Amino acid sequence: MRKAGRVSVGILFLISLLSFSAPLISPYDPDKIDLESIKEPPNSKHLFGTDNKGRDILSRVLHGGRISISVAIMAAFLSIGIGLIVGLCSGYLGGKIDIAITALIDLILSFPAFLLAIGISIIFPPGIYTVMIAIAAVGWASFARLIRGYILTVKEAPFVEAARALGCSQIRILFIHLMPQCIPLLLVMMGLKLGGYILTEASLSFLGLGAQPPTATWGSMVSANRSYISSAPWMILFPGLMIVITALCFNTLGDALRDRYGLKIKG
Amino acid sequence: MKAYLIKKLLLLIPLLLGVTSLTFALTKALPGDPVFSMVGERAQPEVIEKIRKELGSDRNIFSQYIGYIKLLVKGEFGRSYYTNRRVFDDLLLKFPNTLKLALGAMIIAIPFGLFLGFVSAYKRGTITDRVISSLSVTGLSIPVFWSGLLIMLFFSLRLKLLPPSGTGDIRFLILPSITLSLPALATLTRVAKTTLMEIFDMPFVTTARAKGIAELKINLLHVFKNGLIPLVTVIGLDFGSYLNGAVLTETIFGWDGIGRFTMEGIIKRDYPVIMGCIIVGTIIFVLINLLVDILYHYLDPRVRLYEKSR
Repeated sequence: MRKAGRVSVGILFLISLLSFSAPLISPYDPDKIDLESIKEPPNSKHLFGTDNKGRDILSRVLHGGRISISVAIMAAFLSIGIGLIVGLCSGYLGGKIDIAITALIDLILSFPAFLLAIGISIIFPPGIYTVMIAIAAVGWASFARLIRGYILTVKEAPFVEAARALGCSQIRILFIHLMPQCIPLLLVMMGLKLGGYILTEASLSFLGLGAQPPTATWGSMVSANRSYISSAPWMILFPGLMIVITALCFNTLGDALRDRYGLKIKG
Repeated sequence: MKAYLIKKLLLLIPLLLGVTSLTFALTKALPGDPVFSMVGERAQPEVIEKIRKELGSDRNIFSQYIGYIKLLVKGEFGRSYYTNRRVFDDLLLKFPNTLKLALGAMIIAIPFGLFLGFVSAYKRGTITDRVISSLSVTGLSIPVFWSGLLIMLFFSLRLKLLPPSGTGDIRFLILPSITLSLPALATLTRVAKTTLMEIFDMPFVTTARAKGIAELKINLLHVFKNGLIPLVTVIGLDFGSYLNGAVLTETIFGWDGIGRFTMEGIIKRDYPVIMGCIIVGTIIFVLINLLVDILYHYLDPRVRLYEKSR
């Protein structure tokens, strides 16, 4: 499993490197319409073929990857940020704050996640920030629950007591003593969640709630080209394959991290 | 058992209140007048007036929420901007189709998922286990809108075995059911494996082996039966998420259920339709979770005996 984890990191690194250097390496302008070469199957000039407007699929996949991956990662950091602070406060302070926060977490988790994400994204105009907010607005709850549970187990630990005895302020104990303790846990959870976030980003884009045309994301490419599934399957094959590979690598990495740290976290 | 049931049902009240407050907040946050975002600007003036009165935009937020709940209880989820039909009526009409699809997916996912999970746990560490585990991780990583399109391309457009899209008899149901079942199949395989692996390690299985009970009997009677109880929870939760995860599958296959209705609402920014689908989807999800909880409680003899002994 460890080997699989390492291979996943390698593939993810490669995909990210290619995607983020898309403006430098992509063979064509991703949005440039070329009516001379419509729906060309993969060939030497267009490795992944072209779409119904003659745009180069490879260039669009590379540029799309930049958006898809960064939205998923930003959403993960946003979820972690909110979840960490909320979870720390809830677990450490206890009392009424804890009751209120736990109720809110339970409420968010009692929604079907994808529907709630749809509900949140329709409030805002479609775009990448909308998708990011929608994923994070649903995603923070599981991070907060995890952190809260963890803090409950360590807040009576000797090192916390020592810090208190030394006269550290609550804020200092929370952020200097307790927060770093949560990092391995958060990394594992992030690994487990990122694959799902990639899929959610793709699905929301597929539904037209993400980046708007002509901007490409993997999900919106599949969505926009799906009527050509029979005549030009490469138009949906490649962006979809990228989603699968990326999500698979994140999931494998998440599993590997979990096994490595011997944590029992549900993904 | 009775006390447990009552407790669970009572807990449902704050949960539903919470769920509706959140959907109410979403409705309030939608762009434009909240009344318009329930019925649309083109609705008849009487309808607008009626909703406005019930919702009481001039009153404070709390009485607005009460008005909103009253409307929901009456089944007034608003009207579609485009068809001007009551969203609730359409939802009732489309619900059976989504239910059929979800059941179809269950029928595929449960036996295969349990079987693969079992084999993987039994043959732990072997090549078979590794293949099954890799397949199940892959299954979790494939978006249904993509697998659905590939399945459609292969089975109906190339092999012409089944119709590619539409709503109708069982021939139309097979491909979307398979598509919808894939992520569930993957989840179930993984959970079944971990659950059964833990049971294989338990002392009572060793005892059974020591007593010379046939391997098949140990597997079926001792391991599987004990594993079923936690697995019921996963299956139930999955069923709840199928009813909702159908948005993408139904869209791909043109299956006329709640999922496609949601998608149409999103495309047209038909807010009452989207909100209606979210509310109904969530309430179904919450109710199924409750049902699973109760079933779990009922199935486990340890819990039942414990209750009796008190």
